[in-house]
Amino acid sequence: MSNFTVISRNGQVVSVEGRAGISLMEHIRDAGVDELLALCGGCCSCATCHIYVDDDVQPHLPSLSVDEDDLLDSSDHRRPQSRLSCQIPFTPELAGMIITLAPED
Amino acid sequence: MHYDCLIVGSGHGGAQAATSLRQHGFEGRIGLLGEEQDPPYERPPLSKDYLLGSKTFERILIRPPEFWASRNIDLLLGKKVIEIAAEEKQVVCAGGATFSYGHLIWAAGGRARRLSSPGHDLSGIHTIRNRADVDGLVGDLADARRVVVIGGGYVGLEAAAALTNLGKSVVVLEALDRVLARVAAEPLSRFYEQEHRDHGVEIRLKAGVAGFIGSEGRLTGVVLQDGETLPADIAIVGIGIVPCVDPLIGAGAAGCNGIDVDEYCRTSLPDIFAIGDCARVTSAHGLRIESVQNAHDQAMAVARTLCGELTPYRATPWFWSNQYDLRLQTVGLSVGFDETIVRGDPAARSFSLIYLKAGAVIALDCINSARDYVEGRMLVERGARVSAEVLANSGIRLKSLLAA
Repeated sequence: MSNFTVISRNGQVVSVEGRAGISLMEHIRDAGVDELLALCGGCCSCATCHIYVDDDVQPHLPSLSVDEDDLLDSSDHRRPQSRLSCQIPFTPELAGMIITLAPED
Repeated sequence: MHYDCLIVGSGHGGAQAATSLRQHGFEGRIGLLGEEQDPPYERPPLSKDYLLGSKTFERILIRPPEFWASRNIDLLLGKKVIEIAAEEKQVVCAGGATFSYGHLIWAAGGRARRLSSPGHDLSGIHTIRNRADVDGLVGDLADARRVVVIGGGYVGLEAAAALTNLGKSVVVLEALDRVLARVAAEPLSRFYEQEHRDHGVEIRLKAGVAGFIGSEGRLTGVVLQDGETLPADIAIVGIGIVPCVDPLIGAGAAGCNGIDVDEYCRTSLPDIFAIGDCARVTSAHGLRIESVQNAHDQAMAVARTLCGELTPYRATPWFWSNQYDLRLQTVGLSVGFDETIVRGDPAARSFSLIYLKAGAVIALDCINSARDYVEGRMLVERGARVSAEVLANSGIRLKSLLAA
C-alpha cells in the first residue's frame, strides 16, 4: 500500500494514493481538498501549500532548501513540522504518513 | 437556466470565486462559464513548464476535473457572453444560449493583444494566453530554429528563456528603451537584458515591428521599422492583453480600459462584480492588476461578500516570474516610486530592488532572494521608512528594521 492520510483544516480525513515523483501538493489538490491554494503552482514562489508532516517520516523528506525555509517564515503558523507540500515528491517511504494542512495565513 | 451566482470567466479568478462560494456556505446554484473547452487551469505555466513540456496539461489543472461537479458547480464551457441585459439580469451567449442570474461575477480576463501590421495573419505567428495558443506554438516548434519574440514583458521574456532552453535561436524585440519598462525600474531591466544576452538571446531595444513576410502563407521573417528583416520561423507576440469587457461596457458599466470597481469589486451595475485582470479598482490605485494573486484574492473577497460578510479587497499584491534559474518574486506595487535602492549584488544573481515613494517602502523585486521577499513584505505593509544606506546593506536583515 502506498496510501497516506491528509487532514484538512476542518478535520476531514482523506486517504490518498501516493504516486512516486508527484509532489504532495498535487496529491492534496487532486484529492479534492480545496483549502489548499498552491497559488504559484508548485514552483516555491509562495507559501500557500503549507502543511505539517508527521515527525516519524521527517527523516525521509528531502531537506529544507533555503528558499523554502524563508518562505515558511512568512507564515504565522510555522512549526518544526512545517513544509511546503510542493517541495516534497512522494516516495514509497512516505506511505502511511499523516499530513495536516496548516491554518490559512 | 437560472444561476443564483453566474461567474463569467473560467480562469484563476472565476475558479476561485466558485470554490470560495461553496467554502463559505453558498447554497444557491453556481454556474462557471468559460470560452475555452477545458476546465480551469493555471495560466502561468503556459510560458514556462507547459511550453517546455515538463508539465502535462493534467498537472496544471487548478482542480481535478471531477471536483466541480462534486461541489455542485456547473461548468458551462465553450461559451462566450456577447450581451448582458442588466435590468433583466440575463446574459446572452454567442449561439443564443441565455442564462439569468441573481449575482454576476465578471472574471473574463483578457485576450492577447495582437499586431495589425502587414502579414500579421501568417501562420507561425503566435501569442501565449491560453492552452490552444501554446499547443499551436509547440506544434510549430519542432521545425523551427529561429524565433523572434515581440515584446520584452514577463511573458515574452519567460518564453525567450524557455525557447532558449529548448535550443532555439531567440531574438527579443522591445519597442521601448528597456525590457520590463512597464512594470519595473531600470536596474531590473538591465539585469534581465544581461541575463538573456548571457544565455545567447539577442535583445534589441527601441525596435519597432513594421510587418511580417512569408512564403506560401508561412512566416519567414519579421520586418523592423528601420527596414531590416530578421529571418524567423516563429514569431511570438507578447505585447499585453486587451481586457474582455465589451458586454459589460455595452450594458452600461463604468470603465474603459477595464471595468471600474470599488473596494468590494462592485461594478456600477447592480449585483454585478468584476475581478481579476479586467477589473480596475478605482477606489485604490486605479489600475488593472494582471496577476494570479489579484484574481484569486479578489475572488475570495467577493465570495465572502456574497455569503453575507461584506469584505473589501485589501491584499498586498505579489507576483513571480521564473526565467532560467532566476526566480523573481515581487511584493507591493511600484507605481509612483520616486527612488530605488539596489540591495545585494546583481552580479551574484541574488539581490533585491527596493522601491520607495516619499521615503516609504512601497515594493520590492527580489531575485533569488526569498528572504528579502518575505521580510520585505512586512516593510511594504507597514509603509516603513528606512534610510537608503540601511536598506542597501544586505548584511542587515530586513525584518530587523521593522521595530525602527
